Amino acid sequence: MRKLSQGPGAHFRKFLQDWSIPRQIAGASLRDKAAESQTSRDLRPRLEEADRVGTSICPFCAVGCSQLIYAKDGVPIHIEGDPRSPVNQGTLCPKGGGTLGLLLSPKRVTDVLYRAPRSDKWEKKPLEWAMDRIAERVKRTRDETFVEKLPDGRTVNHTLGLGSLGGATMDNEENYLIKKLFGGGLGMLNIENQARI
Amino acid sequence: MALWDLENSDCIVIMGSNMAENHPIAFRFVVEAKRRGATIIHVDPRFTRTSALADLHAPLRSGSDIAFLGGIIHHILENDLWFKEWAMAYSNIAHIIEDSYRGSEDQDGIFSGFDSDAGTYDEKSWQYEDKTVPSSIAEHRASSREGEQGDYRSMSKGPPHLDETLQHPFCVYQIMRRHFARYTPEMVESVTGCPKDTFLKVADALARNSGRERTGAFCYAVGWTHHSVGVQIIRACSIIQGLLGNIGRPGGGIMALRGHVSIQGSTDIPTLYNMLPTYLPQPNAFHDHMSLSAYLKVETPPTGWWNNFPKYMVSLLKAWYGADATPGNDFGYDHLPKLTGDVSQEPMTLCMVDGIVKGQFILGQNPMVGAVNTDMVERGLGRLDWLVVRDMAMIETADFWKNGRLIEKGELTPADIDTEVFFLPCAMPGEKDGTVTNTSRLVQWHDHVCEAPGDCRSDLWFIYHLGRRLKGLYETSTETRDAAIKALTWDYPLKGERREPDAETVLKEINGYTVADRTQVAKYQDLKDDGSTACGGWMYCGIYPEAGKNMARSRRPDTPGGKGAAHLDWAFAWPSNRRTLYNRASADPAGKPWSERKKLIWWDDGAGKWDGDDVPDFVETKRPDMRPDWATQPTGMDALGGDKPFIMEADGYCQLFVPTGLKDGPLPMHYEPLESPVRNPMHGQQHNPTAKIWARPGNELHPPEDPLHPYVFTTYRLTELHCGGISTRIMPHTAELQPEAFVEVSPELAGELGIQHLGWTVLSTSRASIEVRAMVTQRVRPFTIAGRTVHQVGMPWVFGRLGYNPGAVANALLAITGDANTSIHSTKAVTCGLRAGRLTEAERHPGPPQAAE
Repeated sequence: MRKLSQGPGAHFRKFLQDWSIPRQIAGASLRDKAAESQTSRDLRPRLEEADRVGTSICPFCAVGCSQLIYAKDGVPIHIEGDPRSPVNQGTLCPKGGGTLGLLLSPKRVTDVLYRAPRSDKWEKKPLEWAMDRIAERVKRTRDETFVEKLPDGRTVNHTLGLGSLGGATMDNEENYLIKKLFGGGLGMLNIENQARI
Repeated sequence: MALWDLENSDCIVIMGSNMAENHPIAFRFVVEAKRRGATIIHVDPRFTRTSALADLHAPLRSGSDIAFLGGIIHHILENDLWFKEWAMAYSNIAHIIEDSYRGSEDQDGIFSGFDSDAGTYDEKSWQYEDKTVPSSIAEHRASSREGEQGDYRSMSKGPPHLDETLQHPFCVYQIMRRHFARYTPEMVESVTGCPKDTFLKVADALARNSGRERTGAFCYAVGWTHHSVGVQIIRACSIIQGLLGNIGRPGGGIMALRGHVSIQGSTDIPTLYNMLPTYLPQPNAFHDHMSLSAYLKVETPPTGWWNNFPKYMVSLLKAWYGADATPGNDFGYDHLPKLTGDVSQEPMTLCMVDGIVKGQFILGQNPMVGAVNTDMVERGLGRLDWLVVRDMAMIETADFWKNGRLIEKGELTPADIDTEVFFLPCAMPGEKDGTVTNTSRLVQWHDHVCEAPGDCRSDLWFIYHLGRRLKGLYETSTETRDAAIKALTWDYPLKGERREPDAETVLKEINGYTVADRTQVAKYQDLKDDGSTACGGWMYCGIYPEAGKNMARSRRPDTPGGKGAAHLDWAFAWPSNRRTLYNRASADPAGKPWSERKKLIWWDDGAGKWDGDDVPDFVETKRPDMRPDWATQPTGMDALGGDKPFIMEADGYCQLFVPTGLKDGPLPMHYEPLESPVRNPMHGQQHNPTAKIWARPGNELHPPEDPLHPYVFTTYRLTELHCGGISTRIMPHTAELQPEAFVEVSPELAGELGIQHLGWTVLSTSRASIEVRAMVTQRVRPFTIAGRTVHQVGMPWVFGRLGYNPGAVANALLAITGDANTSIHSTKAVTCGLRAGRLTEAERHPGPPQAAE
């Protein structure tokens, strides 16, 4: 807040000092001090407060644009195209340009939710409880539906009672462990993702 | 081809894609090519921003792509416009086919070998004379051939029979001329609705911009794949590019514009039912796959690169089953589940409805918006015992029991639905690290910058800790059936308080290592079939070639005008960091570039090796004049001469005619879509006779010329909204930019039906009815097909019930069907009814069904 004791005169003098036209008339360079004002002095680089930056890949389509994610105190504050990338050379489309809005969306869910059979509502549950219960349900369904041999004696070692859908939005390492555990470990065959459709 | 290589094209045809709006950043390279003088063509039912930036827009009716592309093939052949030196040397145009082959032109749209009871083909009559050709697509090698396998060893006994005069009636050239004879410009106009003159401009531009000095490229997206003939549409394009010599060369190729960040990665390292990592076939109980040796015997082609198959398979088994995988137990081969049929997404949905699938994971996918026949999907979800959904926000698939279409219609209440549902929130980019693979095989690492909020976890965390729990639950089991989960290697270092598994360790396993000392394998040529190496995905081998060297993290782009600008130090492209596949074809048979302007790799006689601007896709030291010694019955790469670039094919030639591996014919044929407003103008067979159709209540198809459903209906995406997921619908500014669903209707049809711009309409099929506002626009035009007017309407499929911008789900209108080769559904050309107004109360709330399905 401005101090009242400065009075209207001081205010006017400050305005004159800050006004760029007189400095330009006096011959100062337009590329230097002549263009400066309090407003421009107050401008800060938007990433000045970032304490961390990392490279990322835009999470939407398969073009693979590189992004730089800036964070402060563990929270992302800005995402922009990586100018080094030969794919996007710093550019992003409206989706990629809005990635920060995805990470910080108020509609993002950050709790585990559970709906019991025939219930009409969600309940919050602890993550560890959900993981234990899912593991038990997987085991029970697998044990109930596993087929070692067909009636004609051919070994199949599979279950058709369990399914998994999704993968195109995930990392290669994640897809690898899904296929390894579900297919190679549990004998699941119904494993599919968006590549099919 | 690399995305940036599009800049080097002299002609780019975008077809089955609205690239400017849906892959806008990749479209930069098209704009740059245009600036350098290239001709840009957009072939599409709608006039979009892609059309606006193209030199030429060729409209065509949805689902008539093969008629259009077949017309180009006809034009090239009949006017002798093909690149003869290239195609004669590198394609199978001169190969002689068995004389029992009969083309579909002789048999009213059916090829020889069709079994009408089974709806399948026997490929015997499609083979090269005196040969049985193994498929180059590993997953199709045996599965396309039920029963007798044929003798692939014939490939080792001598070169294929050629007629280089091209006069033999059963050489591929003459077969193609007969096959495409009816694809005249007049027929193209009649079937596709594209004016003949416009069509000819496209064909001429392509031919004019191909040859020694020039190259052309095609770009496509799901506008080509989402059909009952999707694979054959792409095949038709391959034939054009094979005739014009536009493969393996700078600015030449076929660019698949895929939709999700790592959809290529999830195909390579497949969460898909029919493949093991990097294109090894999932064993099948109905093939000769009962032991590892039987499986390797029938799946290993004697000639070509795939002859290395056993090394990749045994190394995968070692990666998965570790110390338990020994020669004595077939390296744990019996642990792998065997297929007994198609369990891809469409039949999986029906298996949920039928109670066969009882527990389901849905990981970053939203079938209540993205899958076809939404009511059927919802019915299936409601019959599960349990459902686990992992996503970033509430999605339609997770709360179907509360707000689904069947609940809204009054057919079900939550109390009727027994499904136990778990929703687990997931970590997002920046909140985890790992690799994703883009549409041109570029594998890029992304960093972990901050922690995910609350209970959000990476999918790596989820799957690792689920696996750890399951291994614990099965630890004391002595059952044979539990041997696989007990043997599975699952020892990944954990980081931090949240015990996040180390993604780099997983990537190192995918790359492969030597079992004895656990050092990284540098390249897939080092993999062995004796159990001494382990490798989770042979094509990714070399991504982590030594300790501390993660090539996916490499971030050094070439400077402008630098060496070929292949950007070999920017991330890693599989295989072997190669940017252009089959790039041996960029040089002539003697190893010299076809032209200075289009050089990529070449034979350096002094150094005795292949060199160039890209990693050569060839045996590095194989001389161009090397010829196989047929007297020794050579195998593997020894059976391919130094002038055979297509090393994944058993004889090294580009296949214009495909003897093995396709379920619906060796050449593409125009069939009408499974739902069409017209009878097939080309022959009596209406639709693809091998397409997958699951006719059942709630999934009926409309007959041809159905008066209740007279309009062609197609779907597409929008720049601002990404696919069926919730992501861009919960991003404030993208949701604001596309606030509401709409259907695009031509002014002519709107006038006929009394539809006002922004007024309500009802779209209906035998599957569902939805209401949506009209966008009356000249971007959509009526077509004249076989002499009569056919109207087409289109609707974005990216809206759903949730998010900031709710809107009707277009996919509710569609039926569950499948392409014969891939089981991909049809979304781009079906039929529908349309009227002005809103849903009636009876349509909106029909209540419990009279007879439950």
